[in-house]
This record gives sequence, structure tokens and C-alpha cells, in this order.
Amino acid sequence: MATEAHGSESSLVFHPMDQFKVTPLFGDGAVHWYTITNVTLWMALSIVGVILLLVVGSRGRAMVPSKGQSVAELTYGFVYKMIEDVTGKDAVKYFPYVMTLFIFIVFSNMLGLLPLSFTTTSHIAVTGVLALLVFLFVTILGFAKNGTKFLALFWVSSAPMAVRPLLAVIELISYFVRPVSHSIRLAGNMMAGHAVIKVFAGFAAIAAISPVSVLAITAMYGLEILVAFIQAYVFTILTCVYLKDALHPVH
Amino acid sequence: MATETHGAEAAHGAAEAGMPQLDFSTFPNQIFWLLVTLVVIYFVLSKIALPRISTVLAERSGTIMNDIAAAEELKLKAKEAEEAYNKALAEAKAQAQQIATETRAAIQADLDAATAKADAEITAKAAESEKAIAEIREGAVESVKEVAKDTAKEIVAALGSSADARTVTAAVTARMKG
Repeated sequence: MATEAHGSESSLVFHPMDQFKVTPLFGDGAVHWYTITNVTLWMALSIVGVILLLVVGSRGRAMVPSKGQSVAELTYGFVYKMIEDVTGKDAVKYFPYVMTLFIFIVFSNMLGLLPLSFTTTSHIAVTGVLALLVFLFVTILGFAKNGTKFLALFWVSSAPMAVRPLLAVIELISYFVRPVSHSIRLAGNMMAGHAVIKVFAGFAAIAAISPVSVLAITAMYGLEILVAFIQAYVFTILTCVYLKDALHPVH
Repeated sequence: MATETHGAEAAHGAAEAGMPQLDFSTFPNQIFWLLVTLVVIYFVLSKIALPRISTVLAERSGTIMNDIAAAEELKLKAKEAEEAYNKALAEAKAQAQQIATETRAAIQADLDAATAKADAEITAKAAESEKAIAEIREGAVESVKEVAKDTAKEIVAALGSSADARTVTAAVTARMKG
């Protein structure tokens, strides 16, 4: 409504947020929970990407890997080493979960960079669920593994006795803020980059500015490829850090 | 009431045109499909991809370990072979040295014997020759004496006086001795 009004006033029309709209893929009705939408399409494509990379890529099982198999093995080794280094050797049994998160986010981010695509990870609903899954998993695992000792996470034993209650409150708040920062970081990064590219694209309508606009889009695109990977990495490594807290709650 | 309607409309407008991320009506849809996707990816990974890749990686590291061990073994064998070769070489050298020494000694002995024999022969020959030379010299003196006697006799006869053969001989002998 606001953009419509804006559009009628000037020739420059910006719809930087339109790309994030969830719309039904078939027909034009309401979006129910089961409706097949563009979310469904791009998540399905991320599954296809995962299968292409990790299943089709590794089908040769060659001793000397092909290019595809090398990439699959590198991805595997990257996440495996991350969880081993950050969380510890006893955490490798959670490797499939962490790998699922990483591979889903990295494929969603990268697929979102395709022109005309929909970035599922730019939605707080998606990243929020991911972060909440991690939060719940870590909290339940922490209590299941350590019982009440898990609460030692909030009791800073290295601090003087007098400030410990205060620190406990701060630690508790920071613990519950985790899923919020965890999810908003990813969604915000994805959304901001795509919106900025769209804004630059809108400027291309002015002939004089269009070369600069194209250059800016190119530069932003390169940056966004980096961001797409780094945000997946950050999300995964934070998951590993939280997992470490659950397994070894020593502050 | 009017303001309420306006507020609701504004909120709706913000969700439509502002941030689709905050359009809560699409949340169930996204969350449902996200969970489906995560479950599918999890099963694809844990049932197919991850076991396969980990098997390949384990096999590769196993093969590399085996190859390194085999290489180590072969290296050891090569070292042993080299040592054996060196030993054989040293033995052969020593043997050659010995054979050379023996041969040299034998040749020296043969040479010494031959030299001694040759020396002896030379000595014998020299003695013989000396004897022959002495004989010849003796013979020559005798001949000279004879010739001198004859010549003296002839000269005396030519001078016109006969001379006693004995005197002439005595004189020649005396002369020749001097």
C-alpha cells in the first residue's frame, strides 16, 4: 500500500521487500500451513542440492575422489572438524544434527543468491525455529546429561561470592537471549544483503546511475556470497559452542 | 473506532509492504515446510551420505596407513639388501686382495727361482768362457812363441848364420817373459 502510493509519486519504484513475500505456488489463495508455497519450492531445491552434493557427489566411493566427491568430503570434514575442535570428541555423535543445520543453511543461503529466488533463511520464522531447536536440544541435553549440575553454567564460581547472584541473573538472561540473537543474526544478514541489492537494482532505472548501480550490485553480490557462507558457519559454530555448554557446563 | 480501524489497517499495510518476515499468517506454513525439510535432510544425511563419506574417508586413511607401512617395510628390506651387498662386496674385495697377494708371492717366488737359476747359469757360462779365453790365450802365447821361434830362426838363417835351435828358443822364451 505504502509502495503503491510511493510509486505513483515518482518514477523510482523500490520494492526491496517484495522478494521475501510468501506466496502460494499454485493459485492465489490464502497461505495455510499445508499450502505449497515458494517456501516449499526453495526448501525442496535445497534438499535437491544436498542430495546432489553429498549423495550423488559421493556415489563413486573412490579411493582417489572425483571433484564432486572432494567437495562432499571437504564439507563433511569441515563440519566434523568444527564440532570436534569446538565441542570435543565426545560430541561427534551429534554430528548428523549439526551437519543437517549447516548444510540446510548453507544451501538455503546460496540458493537465495540466485536471481528471482526466494531466500528461506531470510525469514525470522525459519531461523527462529532453527535457533529454538538448538536452544531446546541444548537445554534438554544439558539437564539430561548433568542434572542440576547444568545450573553451574549460571553460577560463576571464579567470581567473588558477593557478585555471584548478580552474575547468575545476567548469565540467565544471556542464556535466554541466545536463541534470539542466534536467529536474528542469520535472518537479518540474509535480509539486509538482499534488500540492499534490490535497492541498488531500483536505482538502475535511472540511465545515468545505472553503470554505478550495476557495479554496486556486482560488488554486493560478491560480498553476499561471502556472507551466505560465513553466516552458515557462524550459526553452526555457535551451535557447537552451545552444545559444549550442555556437555561440559563449567563456567 | 475510526482510529482503531486505521491502526489495524496500518499494521496490515506494514506487514504487506514493510516486512513480509513479520507477516505472522505465513509462519505456520514456513515452520511446517522447514520441519519437513530438516527431517528429510537429516534422514538423507544420516542414512546415506554421512555413513558413505565416513566409510570412504576411513578406507582412504586405512589404505594410506597400509601403504606407509608397506613402504616402511620395503625401505627396511632395501636397507638389508644394501647391507648384504656391501658385505658381499667387502668379502669379494678381501678375497681379491688375498688372491692378488698370493699370486704376487707366487710370481715373486717363481721369479726368484728363475733369477737364481739364470744367475747360476750365467756364472757357469762365465766360468766356462773364462776358461775358454784362458785356453785361447794360452794357445795364443804358444803360437806366438812358435812363430817367434820360427821367425827368429828364419831371421838368423837369413842373416847367414846358423843358430842353435835351443839357443834361439831360450832367447825367445826369455824375451817373451820380459
